[in-house]
Amino acid sequence: MPDATGLELLAQELGDAAIETVYFRERATVVIDPAHIREVLGKLRAKGFSFLASVHGVDYYPEEPRLGVHYELLDMSRVDRLTVKLRVPLEEPEVDSVTAEWPTADHQEREVYDMFGVVFRGHPDLRRILMPEDYEGHPQRRDFPVGGEPVLFTRDEGQWLESRE
Amino acid sequence: MKREPLGTAVDPKGLRVRSLNAEQMLRGAELEGANRPAHLEGTELEAYVAERVLTTTLDSAVAWARSNSFFPLAFGLACCAMEQFQTAGPRMDIARFGFEAFRASPRQADLIILAGRVSIKMAPVIRRLYDQMLEPKWAISMGACCSSMGVFNNYALVPADKFMPIDVHVPGCPPRPEALMHGILKLRDLVQNDPEAGWRERYEAVGTEERP
Repeated sequence: MPDATGLELLAQELGDAAIETVYFRERATVVIDPAHIREVLGKLRAKGFSFLASVHGVDYYPEEPRLGVHYELLDMSRVDRLTVKLRVPLEEPEVDSVTAEWPTADHQEREVYDMFGVVFRGHPDLRRILMPEDYEGHPQRRDFPVGGEPVLFTRDEGQWLESRE
Repeated sequence: MKREPLGTAVDPKGLRVRSLNAEQMLRGAELEGANRPAHLEGTELEAYVAERVLTTTLDSAVAWARSNSFFPLAFGLACCAMEQFQTAGPRMDIARFGFEAFRASPRQADLIILAGRVSIKMAPVIRRLYDQMLEPKWAISMGACCSSMGVFNNYALVPADKFMPIDVHVPGCPPRPEALMHGILKLRDLVQNDPEAGWRERYEAVGTEERP
């Protein structure tokens, strides 16, 4: 990990793109402006964070801006990890795709799109990956109903049959 | 078809095998040198035949054969499949009952065991597999997920009864191999003793058989 000081130095190098830094339990996080995501990841790659371990979505409901995307970076030569976070509003959930530079992001961005509805501009093939293609809504959003159905027990059979008729 | 009680409605003297009637066979008239039974007549002869000849209906014989040689589809969806493998393993040894021939193609299988949770996306695939199986066919819903959606009772899953007929539900999360074994043996009893209690009756689908 970059230590707390190292994280601040890193944020200074990123300039205006970095909005906030968080150092919590030896995990370094930098929150950035969504408009600069490709530029920021490019700079971090030049500094040695050459492996994009994960891209995942978050719903910060009821906070605004509501949706978030997290990028977990790994520097494999120094065994150093860094989390890059960004937030996008629900009304315009758009962020640039990093698939061109990081091919591993292809399916993971599709998953974030599928589950949270974040639209990745410039993604080569942005469509649902886990849910059926005709599915409506983005099920991992926190205001999405959990779904499912009541479990049928034998003792309820009479009511169940009545409801069928 | 109702089965007749054994030994009634069949005249033992009328049974003919290889153009010998029962009386000739039992008396060993054709068996030179063999131990010949004593000459029997009337009720003694009938008792003698009833001890040695089994009569049944063709339906019962076919059901007996079917129920003792299920060909399950080699098919697993989730963690329940691990228990399904163990059912075929040496401890439970499904082969004791003649169900060990797991088939890789639905065309050759007559039993599908839904071992795991069924997602909305997977349901049409499973339905297609089930439709590809030749009749007569049976289905076992294994575990809580595909019976009642269990702990995954959410937006992603669908219970198996919603898209295909299920003959036996095996509860558990996951069911132990013993439980699956019990379920398969229940299905065997169903096929053997009550072949009329199939899914067509329960789902009001009588008359949709593939056979003419």
